[in-house]
Amino acid sequence: MKGQKGFLFDIILIVSLIVISASAVACLFIFRREGKSVSVEIDGERVALYSLEDEGEYILNGGTNILVIENGEAYISEADCPDRTCMRTGSLRHVGQSAVCLPNRVSVTVVGDDASGVDLVS
Amino acid sequence: MKKTQKLSLLAMTVAVAMLLSFIESRLPAFTAIPGVKIGLANIAVMFALYRFGAKEAALVSLVRVVLISLLFGSLVSMLYGLCGGAVSLLIMIILKRFSPLSPLGVSVAGGVAHNAAQIGVACLLLGTARIAYYLPFLILSGTLSGVAVGICAAVLIKRIKS
Repeated sequence: MKGQKGFLFDIILIVSLIVISASAVACLFIFRREGKSVSVEIDGERVALYSLEDEGEYILNGGTNILVIENGEAYISEADCPDRTCMRTGSLRHVGQSAVCLPNRVSVTVVGDDASGVDLVS
Repeated sequence: MKKTQKLSLLAMTVAVAMLLSFIESRLPAFTAIPGVKIGLANIAVMFALYRFGAKEAALVSLVRVVLISLLFGSLVSMLYGLCGGAVSLLIMIILKRFSPLSPLGVSVAGGVAHNAAQIGVACLLLGTARIAYYLPFLILSGTLSGVAVGICAAVLIKRIKS
């Protein structure tokens, strides 16, 4: 323990990290837009683009993951890996949100109108 | 400290780290954001870092990640855990030695570094920078969990003298 002085630096570090990240989170929240479609990428290559209006179940990557679109939201309903991170991510609705399956290298990202790739919240 | 004494204490620290990882994996996810976790096992790593040293802390962290991924995870989760653990420990070792931060601040930096490294690995594995979207959320969560872990670790380090 380095006493009072160390503690002061701790507080400075903690407060600045919280202020910076919380304002970034607030910006993402304030400027968020409803997405138009979901982009499915495997190994960094876009393999499919589904409109959020086309409700239904889509089989991804030959069956490793299943994507469901309903009520303007997308989520992963099935994954064959033990992590299940992509399933736990839940519903995606706003531009930039994504669900990721690292073991299968699959990612599903909500995109806006232009659907290019530069439509992350800017 | 005798060699056998140190060996058994380190083995116990690894066991505690594994137990903490296991408990954490059983906790329900409290947010929808991937990668947000408390990092309870870092309490044991912090303890090893302050009571033994950098080498021993690295050993505890490495053995924990390998064993936990073999038992409950996959090869990908091992790679993921190793990168997060290595970057976070490296930052903690450097800060402990060269900065005036107390264990609390060191733990916070470690938590943030851990989350940032995992996002980096995920971007590399997926070949897309899209998930950098979650970075602000993960820095925030890394800070908060780093505070919680740091308080626990600081108490432990103070109470358990080597």
